[in-house]
Amino acid sequence: MKEPRTSLDMYRMMLLIRRFEEEAARAYSLGKIGGFLHLYIGQESIAVGASHALSDGDYTVTTYRDHGLALARGMSANAAMAELFGKATGCSLGLGGSMHFFDAAHGMFGGHGIVGAHLPLATGCAFASKYRGDGRVSMVFYGEGAASIGATHEAMSLAALWKLPVVFVCENNQYAMGTSLERSLSVPDVSRKADAYGMAKDRFVADDVFTVRDRLKVAIDRARSGAGPSLVEICTYRYRGHSMSDPAKYRSKEEVEEHKGRDALTRLEASLVLDPDTKDEAGQIQAAVELEISAALRFAEESPEPSIDVLEPTTYKGEFAR
Amino acid sequence: MRTLRVREAIREAMAEELERDEDVFLMGEEVGQYQGAYKVSEGLLERFGEKRVIDTPIAEAGFAGLGIGAAIVGLRPIIEFMTWNFSAVAFDQLLNNAAKLRQMSGGQLTVPIVFRGPNGSARQVGSQHSHAMEHFYCHVPGLKVVAPATAADAKGLLKSAVRDDNPVIYLESETLYSMKGEVPDGEHLVPIGKGRIAREGKDVTIIAYSRMVHVSLAAAELLLQKGIDCEVIDLRSLRPLDQDIILASVAKTHRAVVAYEGWPYGGVGAEIVDRIQRHAFDSLDAPVLRVTTMDVPMPYNANLEQLVVPQASGIVAAVERVMYRK
Repeated sequence: MKEPRTSLDMYRMMLLIRRFEEEAARAYSLGKIGGFLHLYIGQESIAVGASHALSDGDYTVTTYRDHGLALARGMSANAAMAELFGKATGCSLGLGGSMHFFDAAHGMFGGHGIVGAHLPLATGCAFASKYRGDGRVSMVFYGEGAASIGATHEAMSLAALWKLPVVFVCENNQYAMGTSLERSLSVPDVSRKADAYGMAKDRFVADDVFTVRDRLKVAIDRARSGAGPSLVEICTYRYRGHSMSDPAKYRSKEEVEEHKGRDALTRLEASLVLDPDTKDEAGQIQAAVELEISAALRFAEESPEPSIDVLEPTTYKGEFAR
Repeated sequence: MRTLRVREAIREAMAEELERDEDVFLMGEEVGQYQGAYKVSEGLLERFGEKRVIDTPIAEAGFAGLGIGAAIVGLRPIIEFMTWNFSAVAFDQLLNNAAKLRQMSGGQLTVPIVFRGPNGSARQVGSQHSHAMEHFYCHVPGLKVVAPATAADAKGLLKSAVRDDNPVIYLESETLYSMKGEVPDGEHLVPIGKGRIAREGKDVTIIAYSRMVHVSLAAAELLLQKGIDCEVIDLRSLRPLDQDIILASVAKTHRAVVAYEGWPYGGVGAEIVDRIQRHAFDSLDAPVLRVTTMDVPMPYNANLEQLVVPQASGIVAAVERVMYRK
């Protein structure tokens, strides 16, 4: 059911993520942000739908394309933008950057740069939940590009063997960097990997945020009930390149435009603006998001650089081991 | 004091920590029903149950990473590698996750985890099962690395490792598991980062750890017959390294030999030599020498293996060189 209040909340978050990243891209081109910047634009319905399906206290772990999930789970735009700017006020004190957003208080356990290597971590969080019987669920996001690497399979193997409360979410955005699905996977239906582990599976398209929420909720409930892990493949598309340095010459403009035509954010916005009950508030949300993003940019710009003193205490807890 | 074998001392440390803290668990290949590939965990499954002593499939990257994930949300895993050789397939988990999660999260996360198992040469197990892995792990900031040589230190260092809030690489030696030693009664903790003088002497300092402490002590006996009185340092901990105990000894003897398993290119020994030359250059009467594994993969043939592994005779020769006897 598409509750108006929830629709507006989801819209606000999807718009915040999109506008955050559009402005991050601009700041990157101005040299305010260094290193890698992997944009989530086009995939927002997944992080937002998932966050609405999860409970407070649940653990989430994701890839280096992590801004959307961090914001959706509750990180402030200020802490996120300041991290991109490498500032001391960033979510990871400016030490992580775009790829390593952490916010443990909101259950956001990264932001990981090695493809597939974060799936065992989420499986370990789920192991801890089962060990303690605390009822928490872990959800881990990965791209279809990670479907070929060993750590992905070892994590699923252990999670299924021990019926751990974890949901594996494959955000299939069709391209592993520049390599298309059909050029990288012998079986293009990633969800079928679940069969080999005796895991429950689901597969659907990300163009409606409520569908994302409701279908993921099924997997979350299954995990929380003790019935074990699931693999949920969500077909999506990133409108931008793999990272800022990618002109995306491996795909056609027509293909990109076709996907933009099914954009989940645009569709949700249209439905809210057309509805007289939500039209005004949607407009207010747009204005508020613009203010929030410009404030975040200003906050990031004006925040101090981290001091060298931060390095040793964040490397070891307690005395440095040299 | 009681006399225990090293494997019993390790087992006792695990049992005491499992007993003390509900958040501690032991996970690895064959640690439970099989009673441990080297019988280190014998009896622990029966005593603590399947929840705390967990057999895994052969999936080192998977269960090493799982342990790290459990640690960042507050459990204190002991992850056993059947041997440290197999940690190579989990190296990414140790390098990129265990060592870095704290720093890249801006200090939000801690990773209280112990990885343990036998390391270094055994007997004729061939090139893929004879690695000295400490040289890879000591290089990584964020990790601690310990390598006990005695039953007492095996127990005390493991208990300290379990209680440490950082990832600790705990290196055993298959060749030491059956060696007996005195272990203090009651709660016995050995601090990480403190070496010990295994033998006092005045002429040359021999610096070693793990199995090579015993080889160095044997060399010291041979050298005593030649009128050379060696001091043998058992480092116990490689990162942090007890630099003070090394420098104090070198200030006394003015000569040093570092004896360890591992290839000669770089590594722990090279680090120690560098620190001595940087901090004790003026007190040296001879260049510092290293006695290492030969610079080749480990051969199976028993005679060749003994030639490749560092021996007491090699330490004797190195000591005689730094004494300018040869």
